Amino acid sequence: MKQQQFETRYAPFWDALTRTLTQLEQPPRRRWRRRATRVADAVTDAPSSTTSEESGDSLRDSLRDSLGDFPADYRRLCHHLALARQRGYSPNLVNRLNALVLRGHRQLYQHRPPLLPRLSEFLRADFPRAVRSQWRWHVASAMSFILAMALIWGLLAVQPERVHSVLSGEMIANIEAMYASDTRLSDGRGSDDDVMMFGYYIYNNISVAFRSFAGGLFFGVGALFIMIFNGGFFGAVAGHLTNVGAGEPLFTFVIAHGAPEITAIILAGGAGLRLGAALLSPGQLTRLAALRAAARSGLPVIYGVFLLLILAAFIEAFWSPRDLPAQTKYLVGGLCWALLTVYLLFAGRTATGDDDVPR
Amino acid sequence: MIDDRQYIVTPEGVPLVLTLAGPIPRAVAYLIDFCIRLVVYLVAALFLGPLGGVGMGLLLILFFLLEWGYPILFEVLRHGQTPGKKALHLTVVKEDATPVDLNASLIRNLLRTADLFPTFYLAGLITMLIDRRFRRLGDLAAGTLVVHVTPPPDSTPHNGDTPLAPDWAVTISDRQLLLNFLERSPQLSSGRRAELAQLAFPELPPDAAAQRLRHVALYMQGAAQGSVQGPAEGKAP
Repeated sequence: MKQQQFETRYAPFWDALTRTLTQLEQPPRRRWRRRATRVADAVTDAPSSTTSEESGDSLRDSLRDSLGDFPADYRRLCHHLALARQRGYSPNLVNRLNALVLRGHRQLYQHRPPLLPRLSEFLRADFPRAVRSQWRWHVASAMSFILAMALIWGLLAVQPERVHSVLSGEMIANIEAMYASDTRLSDGRGSDDDVMMFGYYIYNNISVAFRSFAGGLFFGVGALFIMIFNGGFFGAVAGHLTNVGAGEPLFTFVIAHGAPEITAIILAGGAGLRLGAALLSPGQLTRLAALRAAARSGLPVIYGVFLLLILAAFIEAFWSPRDLPAQTKYLVGGLCWALLTVYLLFAGRTATGDDDVPR
Repeated sequence: MIDDRQYIVTPEGVPLVLTLAGPIPRAVAYLIDFCIRLVVYLVAALFLGPLGGVGMGLLLILFFLLEWGYPILFEVLRHGQTPGKKALHLTVVKEDATPVDLNASLIRNLLRTADLFPTFYLAGLITMLIDRRFRRLGDLAAGTLVVHVTPPPDSTPHNGDTPLAPDWAVTISDRQLLLNFLERSPQLSSGRRAELAQLAFPELPPDAAAQRLRHVALYMQGAAQGSVQGPAEGKAP
C-alpha cells in the first residue's frame, strides 16, 4: 500500500486512539484503577460466589465502555508501526507511530498497586522483616554510632577539658544555655515554638537520614561518616553536660524521641552501608545488578525510617520539652525503646519464627 | 559511537525507539524546576514569615517537601514529568518504557544526594558521560531512563507540486533517502538542497536538480510500495 493511502485509511483510527490516550493520561485515572481492581477481584473471587460471573461480565463491559477497546486498538497500532517500518515508510510517519505506541505502552503496562492496603501490611510485617533481613548492616551501622559515642563520652569523662577540642566554644555555650541554665526548657517556649521545632526536626532529621542512605553509595563511606559524626557529637554533648552536672535535663529530654530518632538514623545508615557493600562485593551479580538489588531491598527500610522520623519529630516537639517528673520521662522513654525493640525484632514473624522472606 | 537511541521490544513484538536525553536538556529542566521551587518558597515565606514560630515550622516543612517531595510527587503523579521536564519534553520512564513508579522514583531521587557529590552534580555528570544511556547514579540504581517525548512534526504539506515517477529502479534505501530528503528539506538551505540534488542528477543545473528531486520524492511519498522493482538488495529487511 502506498504511504498516503495508508495514512488516509488509518488516520481516523490513530486520531481516535490519540484521544483515548489523552483521556487515559488525565489525572482521574483513579476511577479506572478502581474499576480495574474490582474486575480483578471479581475474577479472583469467581469460584466462591455464584453471581460473580455475571457481575464480572457487567464490570468488564463497563470497563470496556470507559476504555473503548484500548488493548485491542493498541495491538492494532503496534501492527501499523511494524508495517510502516517494514515497508520503509517515511521517518516522520514511523516516528509518529512510534511515539503513539510508546504512549500506549506506558498506559497498558503501568503497574500501580493501591497504596493503602500495602501500608498496613507494611507496618504490620514488611518493615520489621526488611530490617531483620539485613540485620548485619544495621548492627554495623549501630556499632559505628555507638562506638563513636562511647569513645568521645569516655574521653570527656576522663579528661573533661578535652571538650574544647571536639566542640567549638559557641556550641558549648549553646548547649549549656539549653540544658544547664536555671531556666527550664519549657519556660518562654509556647506552642508556637513547638511547631517551629517540629518543622525543623522534620526537615533536618529526615534529610540527614536520606543523605546517609545516599552517602552509602560511595562504598559505604558517606553512611559511615554520618553515623560516626552523629554518634560522636551526641557523645560529646552528653559527656560534657554530665561533667557540668546537667545530665538529667538532657537525658529526660532525649530519651523518648531518641528511640525512633536514633534507631531511624542508624537504620538509614545500615541501608546505606548495604548499598556500598553491594558495590564492593557484588557476589555472583554484576555490580549494577547488586546495586539495584540493594536499593530495592533497602527501600522498605527507608519508608520505615521516614515514618519513624515523623513520629520522632512529634514526640520531640510536643512531648520531650514538657516539664514532668524525671521518673515519668524515663518511664515513657524506656517504654518507647522497649516497644520499638520488640516491634523490630518480633513483628511479622510467622508461627515458626521464620521471616519467610528471601534474603 | 554516540547513539542517543534505545531500542526495546514490547510484548507485542514491536521494537520501540526511545530517544535518550543528555546532560544539557536535563540540566536546563533541573534549573527550571529549581526556579519554580524557589518562587514557591519565597511566596510562602512572604505569607508564613510574619506568623512567627508556627510560620517558621510550616516553612521548614515546606522546604523539606520542596527539596525531597517535589520531584517524587511530580514523577509519580504526572507521568514522570516535573514541570521543568515537561517544558523540555522530557520524561522519566523505567528501562522497559513503562511509567516510573513510586519505588523507582524514590530511589532515583534519594540518590540525588550522591549525584550532587561533591558539588554541582559532578558525580552525576561524570556517571552520565560514562554511561551509554546517560544515566546518573540514581537512574542506575533505580533502573530508570530520561527520554525525549517531543512529538514529531506532521508531514510536510506539498503545495500543488506534481509528483514525477523516477526513471530508475528504486530500492528501499533509495526510497527512504528520498522521503528523508523531502521531510528534512524545510530545514536545509536552498544551496544545500541543490548540492544534494546534484548528487542524484549531476547532469542538471542546481535549481532544476532540486526541483526534480523534490518531485521524485513526492512521487515516492505517494507511491511508496507500488513501484519497487529494484535489484536484490532492495528487498525489505
